[in-house]
Amino acid sequence: MQTEPQPSAVTTSELVIVADRLTTGYYREPVLQEISFAVPRGALVGVIGPNGAGKSTLFRAIVGLLKPWQGRVLVGGRPARPSPDIAYIPQIHTVDWAFPVTVWDVVMMGRYPRLGLLRRPGARDRELAERALEQVRMQDFREKPIGALSGGQRQRVFLARALAEEPSILLFDEPVSGVDAPTQHFIFELLEQLCAEGRTALVASHDLSCVAQRFSQVLLLNRRMFGFGPPERVFTEELLNQTFDTHLLLLRYGDRVIVVESPEDGTSAC
Amino acid sequence: MLVELLLEPLRYGFLLRGLAAAVLIGVICAVIGTYVVLKGFAFIGDALAHIAFTGIVVAFLAGFVFYLGALMAAVAAGLGIGLIQRRVGLRTDTAIGILFSGIFALGIVLMSVGIKTYTVDLFSYVFGDILSVRPSDLLVILGLGGLVLVLIGLLYKELLFVNFDPVAAEATGLPAGALQLFLLTLLSITVVASVQAVGVVLVVAMLVTPSATAYLLTDRFHRMTLLGAGFGALSAVIGFYLSYFLNVPSGGTIVLVASALFALVAVLSPRRGQLRLLVRG
Repeated sequence: MQTEPQPSAVTTSELVIVADRLTTGYYREPVLQEISFAVPRGALVGVIGPNGAGKSTLFRAIVGLLKPWQGRVLVGGRPARPSPDIAYIPQIHTVDWAFPVTVWDVVMMGRYPRLGLLRRPGARDRELAERALEQVRMQDFREKPIGALSGGQRQRVFLARALAEEPSILLFDEPVSGVDAPTQHFIFELLEQLCAEGRTALVASHDLSCVAQRFSQVLLLNRRMFGFGPPERVFTEELLNQTFDTHLLLLRYGDRVIVVESPEDGTSAC
Repeated sequence: MLVELLLEPLRYGFLLRGLAAAVLIGVICAVIGTYVVLKGFAFIGDALAHIAFTGIVVAFLAGFVFYLGALMAAVAAGLGIGLIQRRVGLRTDTAIGILFSGIFALGIVLMSVGIKTYTVDLFSYVFGDILSVRPSDLLVILGLGGLVLVLIGLLYKELLFVNFDPVAAEATGLPAGALQLFLLTLLSITVVASVQAVGVVLVVAMLVTPSATAYLLTDRFHRMTLLGAGFGALSAVIGFYLSYFLNVPSGGTIVLVASALFALVAVLSPRRGQLRLLVRG
């Protein structure tokens, strides 16, 4: 198992998220066991593992919606708890798409937690929502009902809502599943830019798509941690096969890596 | 001539009160009904109304104000349902079905056993009678309804976020669980305020039909709320007059009008109506 140095051994000043022997779950059975990693400010971290690996569970623990059973999760040096400073973009199937809201309504929701009770959005909130929409290039869709958008457009709008929240950390759950390749690349270019500006992003994915090489760090997860570090060190055939519990073939082509799943014909390549 | 005809019933205090109560209830039910329709709470609303009935019977037997009995029963049931939803055991609708039909049955039995000596006709609470609304009832409807409208207005943006995307809303620190229980409590209060006029059996129609009609016409949440309130009030007014001139039960007539409006809009609505399909071939 490859890991970064133990969190306790590192000064925590620049580490934004620290998981220290985290074990948690929903009922009696733990979903995640003994997860330890530390994310520095500005990192773009891929959380990679098969369906049911506990990626959303890990995000819930970082957001503070799930308490650790053992170990701890520190965000900005303090135990994780819900806050507008961490924007969590859940998987899009958790959202009710028949809801009568427009793109603009959804992006404005990002401002609500910052406003507090009883205050209505003002000029500055509208300005931030407008800027967020421009960042994801969806400003021409502001009056569209959310249900009329494609999968990729929905992801952009949800990213805009997260940006309107002005978070320092973004947790993005499966942003590339069911999304066309140009949108995948667009989302990652934006995430890279945000991370270069000093924000930190964690992105969950169950497939090793074209974007896998763009992470600064990768966490291989399948209920336990199978690796954490830069992609060139973690994306090895051995670690991936342990994580996905299957036989993946890694084809290196220049600086690109193509992953082929050998038993089924499900291939994932760019 | 027509104006005279329409003003005629309003000369009588009890008819005027009935109309005012019906319109108020139409509006309040539709406002909370926006959430009922979008979140699929129709069955819960139905259950709350039946449980409120038993609360009314118990209040009569124990000799205290029936609103108090209804309110306590409905709010307790609303919170109970909220807790059932969070702990998965039986399917939620099964659990609610067992709970509410059992409690309603208890109310029916208690009524026949205990209220022989009373002149009050508790059956008017089953099917509703807007003409039995006393001045004090109108004040209660006004008070409870006003409370519900003000609270929904104050928490508008929080309720919108939490109901649209509960996970993301909770992650930002909004108390999603508490807001859900709060909404169920408001639903309980609405149901209690409405039971006397439209009856236990028909409250659910006032909760869902005007709001569903509005849903067919708009893509914005606040417009759905306002349009729904309009349809609720319109159903109340038309239903009131039809019931007066045709001498048919008021609660049933109001609901029939609401249903007719829904059918009309379902066919004619430019966005989601069926006529659109015919026109476009």
